[in-house]
Amino acid sequence: MDSFEIANLFYSIGQVWTEWLTNLGLSPEWLSFTNKAMGAVLLTALPVMIVCVTIMGERKIIGRFQDRLGPNRVGPCGVLQTIPDIFKLLTKEIITPTKVDKVMYNLAPMLSVVSVILIWAVIPLASNVVGVDLEIGALYFVAVSSFGTLAVLMAGWSSNNKYALISAFRGVAQLVSYEVPLVLTLLIPVLLAGTMRLNGIVEAQAQGWYVLLAPISMLIFFISSTAEVGRSPFDLLEADSEIVAGFNIEYSGMRFAMFFLGEFIHAFTFCGVIATLFFGGWRGPFVDQAPALGFLYFLIKMFAIYFVHIWIRITMPRLRIDHMLNLSWKFLIPLSLVNLVVMSLAAKLVQTPAMDATLWQLLPRWGILLGTNMVMIAGTFMILGTVSRRERHKQEAARVLEPVASGIQG
Amino acid sequence: MTYVVFGLFGILTLGGGILVVTSRNLVRAAASLVLSFFGIAGLYVLLEAGFMAAAQILIYIGAIAILIIFAVMLTQRVAAGNRVAMNSQWPWALLVSALTFALLVYIINIVWPLGIRAENVPVLAADPTRGLGMALVDWGQYVLPFEVASILLLGAMVGSIFIAREQHDD
Amino acid sequence: MVPLSWYLITSALLFCIGLYGVFARRNAVAVLMSIELMLNAVNLNLVAFWRFQTPTRPVGLAFAVFVLVVAAAEAAVGLALILSIYRQRKHIVVEDLDLLKL
Repeated sequence: MDSFEIANLFYSIGQVWTEWLTNLGLSPEWLSFTNKAMGAVLLTALPVMIVCVTIMGERKIIGRFQDRLGPNRVGPCGVLQTIPDIFKLLTKEIITPTKVDKVMYNLAPMLSVVSVILIWAVIPLASNVVGVDLEIGALYFVAVSSFGTLAVLMAGWSSNNKYALISAFRGVAQLVSYEVPLVLTLLIPVLLAGTMRLNGIVEAQAQGWYVLLAPISMLIFFISSTAEVGRSPFDLLEADSEIVAGFNIEYSGMRFAMFFLGEFIHAFTFCGVIATLFFGGWRGPFVDQAPALGFLYFLIKMFAIYFVHIWIRITMPRLRIDHMLNLSWKFLIPLSLVNLVVMSLAAKLVQTPAMDATLWQLLPRWGILLGTNMVMIAGTFMILGTVSRRERHKQEAARVLEPVASGIQG
Repeated sequence: MTYVVFGLFGILTLGGGILVVTSRNLVRAAASLVLSFFGIAGLYVLLEAGFMAAAQILIYIGAIAILIIFAVMLTQRVAAGNRVAMNSQWPWALLVSALTFALLVYIINIVWPLGIRAENVPVLAADPTRGLGMALVDWGQYVLPFEVASILLLGAMVGSIFIAREQHDD
Repeated sequence: MVPLSWYLITSALLFCIGLYGVFARRNAVAVLMSIELMLNAVNLNLVAFWRFQTPTRPVGLAFAVFVLVVAAAEAAVGLALILSIYRQRKHIVVEDLDLLKL
């Protein structure tokens, strides 16, 4: 008990907890089991708790962006608005339409939440707080995200509604095509850190955040994660003006709330993953002395990225489906392939410095990685410029011909 | 405890498999296929092959199962109109598979009794995933099959795009 | 740990279920699904043998990875074939696809 120190908060709480349970007379096996179960419950509760905050924050921020107040009735400045909303959703009737495939219809909402919450098992919240520090953490992240695709398809098919099915098809096309650049750029931090352990990746970023070493990868990852989440400008899954409300149209009450929850958790979970992979996760000043601070840094980074997310969501109009697929297949995937090859060559060019390397020893590595990234960005813009200029010429030529053509018709 | 988990994943795997070959509704069959794949991934975890488990979920559930569900939905009219799932030779098929199973069990238990029990399981290498990765790009080991596999994938990709493309006769 | 023979029997059973499906199903997609089951059974076998016989060398794992690659390629090409057959014949019942029979 005397070792309780605020600097190592989570570890100390764990110690107190373990001591208390031992005093209750629990055998070591049961103690370990109870601790793991508790950890799982806490880890599951954490994103659900964060959702309550982010929904509120998002509505307020969007309100400000659109020059209105946002929710302002319940509680001071309306900050408690989420609670009545949750009650409203939970108390609504759960409707099961006739002729649905019962098993899959009931399973889909759960799967969509579970696939997201499972990601939290491997995200390092602080240097000593991580659900399981899996040896294959990065791969695990990709693997469990693929359950989400399945949930969309199951919901769309089992609802026995053609709009839901169309939306599910769209959604799966989007999710599958943006998974490719996502995975390809996920390899860059793995490559630079030399490990798939997410905590290992964070530790390796003591030598500089990967957003500085590999900005292109960060941008590709950010764009494709926005598409994976299905947020604007990629919100074709629930384009309410085109396909009523998406694959979850037949769901109501609690089941709808689960899709809603899954989507919100998904959004900031990906922000947390970006913070872990590219922004140093729990890293920050004084974190080596006080590991508990790491959790705070992680949250700050996650919410900062989430803010950018909301910002884009509120600014950009929705893409058309063919434009969206073209963006992935004709731009992001080639770029991420080139990026992968170039980055692996550049990382091989300079030896990975030792953990205690000084700033001067780190500089060549930084310089080369950042330099290649800059060259790649310049090259991309040149190619894009050439292509779009040619496209514009073509369109202008077509426009010149157009009056003549319509004149003939008229 | 391990036995309970093994039993759970084994039931998932085999039950999913049985549903795949018996259910009339093809989308249901595909969903059971996912169940079966998931059970196998769980068995991989029990075998301490974490990489294989993640790859199983990513490739089989995330790609192949979704591909199959797409194919089922694109050919759905047939699946809905065709009420008979089995062809006329299904009793023979059942007999052949039962005999094959008996043969395999005979081989496993009597011809080559490996007899590895809980006591003498060999220890795992320190980092099997790293070892696998090194072996796949090692000149002395699997670099040639690895490259051939990549060519196979490329060929399969080009081939399937070519085959599945809409034919525009003119 | 669960003994090796349990894994082998599970895998044998899964293989035979797949075999039955390949022989007995009428729909081509269902046949393809059964083939996937059989490939999975083989993979389970390989990984189980790796764990119990050569855990220090990644032989079984490497083979399982190649089986995975082949399964992916097979699914892609097989489904493409099924789609193109469906476009031409408007059905995918395996036993009626006998164009090569005289």
